Amino acid sequence: MNRVEGRDKVTGRARYAFEYPAEDVAYVHPVQAAVTRGRILSVDATDALATPGVLAVLSCAEPPALGSREDAELALFQSDQVAYRGQLVAAVVARAPETAREAAEHGVRIGYDAEPHDVLLRADHPGLYTPEKVNPGMPAETRRGDVEAGFAEAAVTVDATYTTPTLHNNPMEPHATMAVWEENGDLTLYDSTQGAADDRDTIAEVLGLPPERVRVVAPHVGGGFGSKGTTRPNAILAALAARAAGRPVKLALTRQQMYDLTGYRTPTIQRVRLGADAEGRLTAISHEAVEQSSTLMEFAEQTAAPTRVMYAAPNRRTTHRLVRLDVPTPSWMRAPGECPGMFALESAMDELAVAAGIDPIELRIRNEPDVDPENDLPFSSRNLVACLREGARRFGWEGRDPRPGIRLDGRWLIGTGVAASTYPSRRMASTADATVEDGDFVIRIAAADIGTGARTVLTRIAAETLGTAPERVRVEVGDSALPRASLAGGSMGTASWGSAVVRACEALLKNGERGTADTTEDVEGDTGFSRHAFGAQFAEVRVDLDTGEVRVPRLLGVFAAGRILEPKLARSQFVGGMTMGMGMALMEQTIVDERDGGFLNHDLAQYHVAACADVQDIDAVWIEEEDPHLNPMGAKGVGEIGIVGTAAAVANAVHHATGRRVRDLPITPPKLVG
Amino acid sequence: MKLFEYARAADAREALERFRPGTMYLGGGTNLVDLMRLGVARPDFLVDVTRLPYDTIDADGDGLRIGAAVRNSDLAAHPAVRERYPMLARAVLSGASGQVRNMATTAGNLLQRTRCPYFQDVSRPCNKRRPASGCPAIPGDHENLAILGHSEQCVATHPSDMAVALAALGAQVHVTGPASDRVVPIPGLHRLPGAEPERDTVLTPGELITAITLPPPPPGRSHYRKVRERASFAFALVSVAAVLDVDEASDTVRDCRIALGGVAHVPWRAERAEAALRGAPATEEEFVRAAEAELAEARPLPRNAYKVPLARNLIVRTLQELIP
Repeated sequence: MNRVEGRDKVTGRARYAFEYPAEDVAYVHPVQAAVTRGRILSVDATDALATPGVLAVLSCAEPPALGSREDAELALFQSDQVAYRGQLVAAVVARAPETAREAAEHGVRIGYDAEPHDVLLRADHPGLYTPEKVNPGMPAETRRGDVEAGFAEAAVTVDATYTTPTLHNNPMEPHATMAVWEENGDLTLYDSTQGAADDRDTIAEVLGLPPERVRVVAPHVGGGFGSKGTTRPNAILAALAARAAGRPVKLALTRQQMYDLTGYRTPTIQRVRLGADAEGRLTAISHEAVEQSSTLMEFAEQTAAPTRVMYAAPNRRTTHRLVRLDVPTPSWMRAPGECPGMFALESAMDELAVAAGIDPIELRIRNEPDVDPENDLPFSSRNLVACLREGARRFGWEGRDPRPGIRLDGRWLIGTGVAASTYPSRRMASTADATVEDGDFVIRIAAADIGTGARTVLTRIAAETLGTAPERVRVEVGDSALPRASLAGGSMGTASWGSAVVRACEALLKNGERGTADTTEDVEGDTGFSRHAFGAQFAEVRVDLDTGEVRVPRLLGVFAAGRILEPKLARSQFVGGMTMGMGMALMEQTIVDERDGGFLNHDLAQYHVAACADVQDIDAVWIEEEDPHLNPMGAKGVGEIGIVGTAAAVANAVHHATGRRVRDLPITPPKLVG
Repeated sequence: MKLFEYARAADAREALERFRPGTMYLGGGTNLVDLMRLGVARPDFLVDVTRLPYDTIDADGDGLRIGAAVRNSDLAAHPAVRERYPMLARAVLSGASGQVRNMATTAGNLLQRTRCPYFQDVSRPCNKRRPASGCPAIPGDHENLAILGHSEQCVATHPSDMAVALAALGAQVHVTGPASDRVVPIPGLHRLPGAEPERDTVLTPGELITAITLPPPPPGRSHYRKVRERASFAFALVSVAAVLDVDEASDTVRDCRIALGGVAHVPWRAERAEAALRGAPATEEEFVRAAEAELAEARPLPRNAYKVPLARNLIVRTLQELIP
């Protein structure tokens, strides 16, 4: 199916948050902290307020009243403490966006008492601690058996440290909001969000309003990758600015501001130790992750979590340690945890294959567990081995010479690599409403379509349940006034919303007029199995002998993700994730200036994401997988697994090509030339 | 964004007459408008020079005359450029993106500012943007910055690909100004940062580029090669424009031209390497010797030392590929 709103998007009729019209609208521009740690001594907005067209200035000099300060990133202008460079410390509201920006940049003078800052993550940082939980509520540590004994009895061991840099989500649509206070005191926000209902609740709580007095409208969202999964300061700022100016206010963060204010993937330092017997059967696995959060709030990425489900080994341990630095709070970016964690684990598995002299696919097959190796639960379905075998067949893996650095085509070294992918298959409670209007079916659910095609797949799910054509079904999403639904995150959207849509449609079929559904009880019954999607990724790379440039002529992903509901959309998700994973392997990194403490390459010219020219032959396929233990559709989420494992597949191929093992991403020419 | 006035000049005389302190000429705007949004450039007055009658390429005669307002896309696609100066076409096409090249002009390409991250961020010091404020790139991040000809004040690089090819080809820049007209060669238009990194070129206020002329194509084979981790839409880590004329009877180098991008505040003409190669055998050993002669004066910083072997390898490999 093509996207049902595709025509609206390519003709410009689809409206994004910043594009909604409003009478007498004003604009707000943030002022960001110029120091990395310290205290605000003074705010002088005389020049800004004297500028024609300026309506208001917000700052901690006059803290606006809020209902909750619990989320310190959203508690705007409540404190005179600066927690990171670029933090929102003031804002200017003006009739024109240019006026607001000029006055914000030149008309507000902020005096600081700067303090020494600490922004560098290191594995021996004295402030490291073990958090109580890691995202999204998992234990920070797991242990089973005796890891040291497992290493002691191993015939082959790997002990290596891998690092991943700070990464930014960079959706095309910036984080944007228009806030409109109605005459009765209700608030409507047109906000670029991955979940209208959760966003509404958070905004209401921060502003001290009952949730029913706030409405969030977001029918079209231009990407998020997790950065719009939680409410961002732009939404609160727009609401406060609109209240101060007494008129609707718009705000679209600049690309540079997005780097500071909308979350990022924590850098990681990961030590992975593997021990195996002479046949390659793992005797012990240890995965220790070191990562950061801000001084404001704890966000603990579940970096070592995928290691808990991947391979059988009697002795195992995963740990997470955090340090609170003078940095913005990290947050979700496509496959938080699984993505950086699997770079480390799957690189280490490749190193083990080389050390043991075993084919890397065979090594993984030999360590395939019968049940979840951490909790002994049966897998609802697990087809990693089938993905590896199907991928090997399609990719032409058989007969691969494992020796590194021996294939030369002109001045290009050639290599191939493989890595596994995994991602949890969860769902969250949602509600939906199905009715008949003018002879057609209308489905209402506060789901979010952030460019994934959610509206389209829900149309198809509804049509199949109702036994009608998709053209007869209209799905309304992206509005907190619709029946409450979970956010687009954790690859849970289709499973969560689809479950509610199926139940609502079933109820409609019984009732004949209207069906409603609430899946809370269904979801509470999702126990008894370990539910995960799996995959295998294969990369061929060419590394220029002279320059260290790496190109990827072939990338193949084979996935086992339950029933694929809509092939065109699913393929886009897989290929999109793999492309992002290739960017992670070869170019993506946010550079921090250690002296001034801020992000440096904060725009799309300097922070490189993969361009079309980097993507040559990329393909994603899937195997048939029936899983009766998931949801009415039998589907696993596909939004994130594509990015999991790609970087390791590329790095493993670079090793095969060159004999050089790059353990710190990205693999750029400076690391290979010479 | 600062309020500014805008006027469109019909000819060079009008552009010059309108020029006053605080004025900037506006070409395609692909760099200047970005810098205005960022607050790096804060002109009071923009004089749009894209409608001046400099949007044609004259291929009559032995050389080539490229109007200052010719768009990069048109320059790269012009038959005379593709046939006689393929290295130039390749250099232009390796820069930016199709959309940017459709807007960007020849003169604007030459006069674009460095993409040093500190220069582009007004919240940070930068001697080029705010003289005497300091250079945080030297103790900070300089992985993409200069290894040759930099100063204690500035380690920025010139970002143009086109200018590197023009430096190898020996282009001339035709300039009109309030006082008189003049011709400035490339290299020679751009200057090393020294103690005045705020000055990118030798042009004086109000001077306006009207055309670039190229001498007849040098004999031999030529190539432009650019190294970057992303396959398109990225500035060069290092690039090389090279022309090699080999006497096939003796397998010796009759003449050569080598220019480097991504290594200095200017498109860097590798004159030491050229001198070392003239009359020398056209062999890999000699190419290595020549490249090392050029790079002997490189002063890499801790995080960009990779550029020295990268530039050496690039020079050697590009010359190797030019041997007939």
